[in-house]
Amino acid sequence: MSNVELLPPLLIAAPLLAATLPIVLGLWTDRTGWPIAAVTTTGLFGAAVALASAVYTGTDVPVTHELGGYPRTYGIQLVADQFSVLIALLVTAVATGVLVYTRQGGPRGNTFYTAYLLLTGGLLGITLTGDVFNLFVFLEITSIATYALVASGDGPESAVAALKYLILGTMAASMYLIGVAFLLMATGTLNMIELAMAIPAAERPTLIRAGFGFIAVGFVTKVAQWPLHTWQPSAYQQAPDGVTPLIAALVSTASAYAFGRLIVTVFGVDYLTAMPNAAAIVLTIGCVSVLAGTVLAVIQTEVKRMLAYSSVSQFGLVIAAYGVVIAGSSETAFIGAAIHLLGHGLLKAGLFLGAALVARSYGARTVDEYAGLAKARPVVAGAMAVLLLSLVGVPPGVGFVGKWYIALGAVQSQLWPVAAVIFLSTMLTLAYAARLLEKMYFTPPAALDWPRTREPVATDGGDTTVSIGMLAIVVIAAVGAVALGFAGGTIAGLLEPFLIEVFN
Amino acid sequence: MIELLTSHYTYVLVFVLLGLGIYMTIASENLVKKLIGVSLFQTAIFLFFISMAYIEGGSAPIVPAEADPGRLMVASPLPQVIVLTAIVVGIALTAVGLALVIRIYAEYGTLREDTLREVRADE
Repeated sequence: MSNVELLPPLLIAAPLLAATLPIVLGLWTDRTGWPIAAVTTTGLFGAAVALASAVYTGTDVPVTHELGGYPRTYGIQLVADQFSVLIALLVTAVATGVLVYTRQGGPRGNTFYTAYLLLTGGLLGITLTGDVFNLFVFLEITSIATYALVASGDGPESAVAALKYLILGTMAASMYLIGVAFLLMATGTLNMIELAMAIPAAERPTLIRAGFGFIAVGFVTKVAQWPLHTWQPSAYQQAPDGVTPLIAALVSTASAYAFGRLIVTVFGVDYLTAMPNAAAIVLTIGCVSVLAGTVLAVIQTEVKRMLAYSSVSQFGLVIAAYGVVIAGSSETAFIGAAIHLLGHGLLKAGLFLGAALVARSYGARTVDEYAGLAKARPVVAGAMAVLLLSLVGVPPGVGFVGKWYIALGAVQSQLWPVAAVIFLSTMLTLAYAARLLEKMYFTPPAALDWPRTREPVATDGGDTTVSIGMLAIVVIAAVGAVALGFAGGTIAGLLEPFLIEVFN
Repeated sequence: MIELLTSHYTYVLVFVLLGLGIYMTIASENLVKKLIGVSLFQTAIFLFFISMAYIEGGSAPIVPAEADPGRLMVASPLPQVIVLTAIVVGIALTAVGLALVIRIYAEYGTLREDTLREVRADE
């Protein structure tokens, strides 16, 4: 009996249980939230690293755990394999990192940390579950925590943004649930591995096709693909500055991961390749979102909103990569999607943390207000420049590696339009990144209203101090983005056993 | 076709309800009615699960210890468990949604989306 097997349930149960502590302890003292969240997320990161080392070096892979000891045919199984552990590492690392900002940057209060830990638990649940209905439950736990976090913003606008997100997010999850119902009807099972065996043998393939259609629509909304992205920019913009990095880096990433998991593990690439129109639909949604997202990002004036639209286009790349995986059975595109998920999560966490820092200390929220940032705040400006260039895809940033693998997969599968869209999106990404870089480095601040003469409404209670930790976490994200760029080949190597199993 | 309708009329009902729910969410300007639409949509899905599990002549999936389990005809318990869980999730979502509506009403003094848009544009 190895103890590694107990890590997946622990990773999910620990944050969910710890989420109750800030409220309970808050009955007799305030300010218990942060220490509890810090200890929990650090512990989770340690557990995720231990699990990762067991999965990547061990022989007994995937690490599975049957909850309650029921066999997987009718119980719930947790699975940690090479793909899911990658995302679990990202989730725990970002959740730990963002806490460094929230300690002083707020939002404060014990209930905030309760929602924070619920969100972390839900995300780890999405990552590790091996059951399609259980996935729905964790999607909803994640969503409810996210709605609450978005609504915890100062202004009334945040409540409107959260309600919009709630309505669209619930519809999306319900669509997914209809898809699950069709799969259950056709096969009679909910476990991913059992489904993978039952789906090709199903007597009524129409049910499976309908199921895939509903599931695809559900995830396309959750991942914020054009034209179903409308909830996402206002949610990211109106959420408190300390919350946006977390949800922008992780919530859509986890949904995109789940969609990828369903494509490769549950439906199977071969089955989807044979399914009429599946590849064309996924490819079209991805490519259109790439272009629409970048064009919308270019015309934004608010930095957070611009970065939000940039997420639409970056996730478009991931969905397009899934399309390439389906259309061409391309392993390379799948590696690209996995690396891009990881890389985009890290980049957006870093960029939104940077934007939060700038808003806090420099009072700048729009692109124009970023003028002269490089002189006034050289470290943040430098870190944000590295992150932006990495997002564009300048080597050796991690953005380059992901796009490279996806484009390579598209070329190998001879899907020239997709390859063209990826190269075009890089140019357009440069258009909005360069706008911000130009303001930061080449526009003198005197040309505009000096930002700090504006009333300090935007800052948290007039507190504009920036701790070393806040600065350090943005720099760490920037260094990590470059380091991961060099580690692209290593990640591909780590995923290799998973790919062999899926693409044989 | 008629035969299919008479034997599978619950599915028709379910999809009519799904359509009503989604139409209400999109078309109604009232935020509370939008949430009711979302609830209706979810409820239709629960009914879909339940009608899928129904079998002619089956009883509730409670298996007595002494009886011969092979002879007992019961409805599949799995969809019913799913619906129970999904109802709980749905209630939580409705509660969060209504809390947000209360906050919006307190701030803007309206529940209508078009009025809300005007109020926000003025600010």
